[in-house]
Amino acid sequence: MKLLSRAEVDELAHLARLAIDDATRERLRGELGAILEHVAMLGEVDTAGVEPMTHAVAMTLRLRDDVPGPTLPVEVATGGAAVVADGGFVVPAVIRE
Amino acid sequence: MDDVTALTATTLAADVRAGRRSARAITDAFLDRIAATDGAIGAYLAVDVDGARAAADAVDAARARGEALGPLAGVPVGVKDVIVTRDLVTTAASKILAGWRPPYDATAVARLRAAGAVVLGKLGCDEFAMGSTGEQSAWRATANPWDLARVPGGSSSGSAAAMAVRSAALTLGTDTGGSIRQPAAFCGVVGLKPTYGRVSRWGAIAYASSLDQIGPLAATVADAALALEVIAGLDPRDATSIDAPAPALTAALDRGVRGLRVGLPREYLPDDLDPDVAAAVARARAILADAGATIVDVSLPHTRYALPAYYVIAPAEAASNLARYDGIRFGARAKDPADLDALYARTRGEGFGAEVIRRIMIGTYVLRAGSYDAYYRQAQQVRALVRRDFDRAFAEVDCVLAPVAPTPAWPTGATPTPLDMYRADVFTLACNLAGLPGLAVPCGATAAGLPLGVQLMGRPLDEATLCAAGQVIERATGPAPRAPWPPRGAA
Repeated sequence: MKLLSRAEVDELAHLARLAIDDATRERLRGELGAILEHVAMLGEVDTAGVEPMTHAVAMTLRLRDDVPGPTLPVEVATGGAAVVADGGFVVPAVIRE
Repeated sequence: MDDVTALTATTLAADVRAGRRSARAITDAFLDRIAATDGAIGAYLAVDVDGARAAADAVDAARARGEALGPLAGVPVGVKDVIVTRDLVTTAASKILAGWRPPYDATAVARLRAAGAVVLGKLGCDEFAMGSTGEQSAWRATANPWDLARVPGGSSSGSAAAMAVRSAALTLGTDTGGSIRQPAAFCGVVGLKPTYGRVSRWGAIAYASSLDQIGPLAATVADAALALEVIAGLDPRDATSIDAPAPALTAALDRGVRGLRVGLPREYLPDDLDPDVAAAVARARAILADAGATIVDVSLPHTRYALPAYYVIAPAEAASNLARYDGIRFGARAKDPADLDALYARTRGEGFGAEVIRRIMIGTYVLRAGSYDAYYRQAQQVRALVRRDFDRAFAEVDCVLAPVAPTPAWPTGATPTPLDMYRADVFTLACNLAGLPGLAVPCGATAAGLPLGVQLMGRPLDEATLCAAGQVIERATGPAPRAPWPPRGAA
């Protein structure tokens, strides 16, 4: 059975912003390997000239009139956040001196 | 005693409109039913007693004022926890949304309420609708009311279990790869996955946006048809909702199947199919033929590639959709992170369960530079071929008849690997890839009393044919019974 390397799992976890512990990493090596091995059978299908299907319904995106409508009040829109100050979401410092 | 909870949604609404019953009495009966059954079943994650009573009282007050009542007046409904409900805690069965109270109603929920329905509470499911057993919930697994030691199916586990034991008169689920139809079959109820775009996804917590669709689970085909009429329709808030006339489903229910051409796709009837499931399909085939339908063998040659295509496309979309859970704007947030990257990674690592992490990781793998063409693009091309198979079949037939799942409900804890669980979706996910409507309807039971279902799939926007054919099966087999209560095997 295919096993992903620890480095591959770590790279995916970094790209997906997922902190995982060592036991999870080990488990995922085999689980992800088995799933990827299974889906590799897609390569058997001759898809030459087939347009990729991105959506179930052929439609063009509808546009609406550029008119402001009602929106949620700020305190409601931010009401589900863990840390809020002055009507905004608080994040750890991203710029350091 | 008059057991209100045994009645269909259609009957309840008619009784309320005619003044034969009060909405409040009906709601109280269902709240009592929840109290009696849900300790053992675990269908509900939240019950809104006060909100339900207030909504029921409002229906009764409107009637007292002589106002016209909606088509679901006084009908108690349960809503899957991946569909948002204003001020009613909605978590998608995930720790990462623990305690979240949405500031708005999903369009489907708003339409139910506008039609007079009474929201009882939120129904359990696999986390973010990712799973086929209900065991992937962060909070509680739901039991199958027909055998408490078996899974109810998933991911709309609570929606199906609540219908089976009638702790709701109607429920909403979502179906991305079979999540309405498979649990409906496992629990012996009707499940209708509408055409992609038929029902607004506004307020459906996104899993895989090109596949997700909200739909009803119900006691009868007529109830499912009534519910879909209410929730269907264009919504300016969902750019993918289809601008089509509201489906006249209840009016089409009695038109029968005489002259209808029903396809039997050979790829859905493999030699190793569970004999009980094969027997259910054979029974449905005979019922439809006796009622005047012509049964036609058809082929959907790319069927075996639908599963791998789905398990590339759905995780890819999930990895993108679930990027929004960053600990900042809503939901759980990791404590004392060293910096912003640590806040994101720890919030997500601590907040997501194992199956969600697997799918995000797979999605990240197939979308990254270097594997995109081999996996994601190839899967989208295979998706086009799956749809082409159906288009060719529908040139010859009006709908197709197939199993819902390869087996009846299996024992809790008996899913060996993630890939084994994915294989349980093999007969349902092509319908999502192709964007078609699908109906699961009960059709008998195993010798041990486990429900069996069959699936009808139809042309885009042709839910009416599925409902008419489904009702023929339902009439012939008798209306699906309620799960026994107290449950079999209980002390």
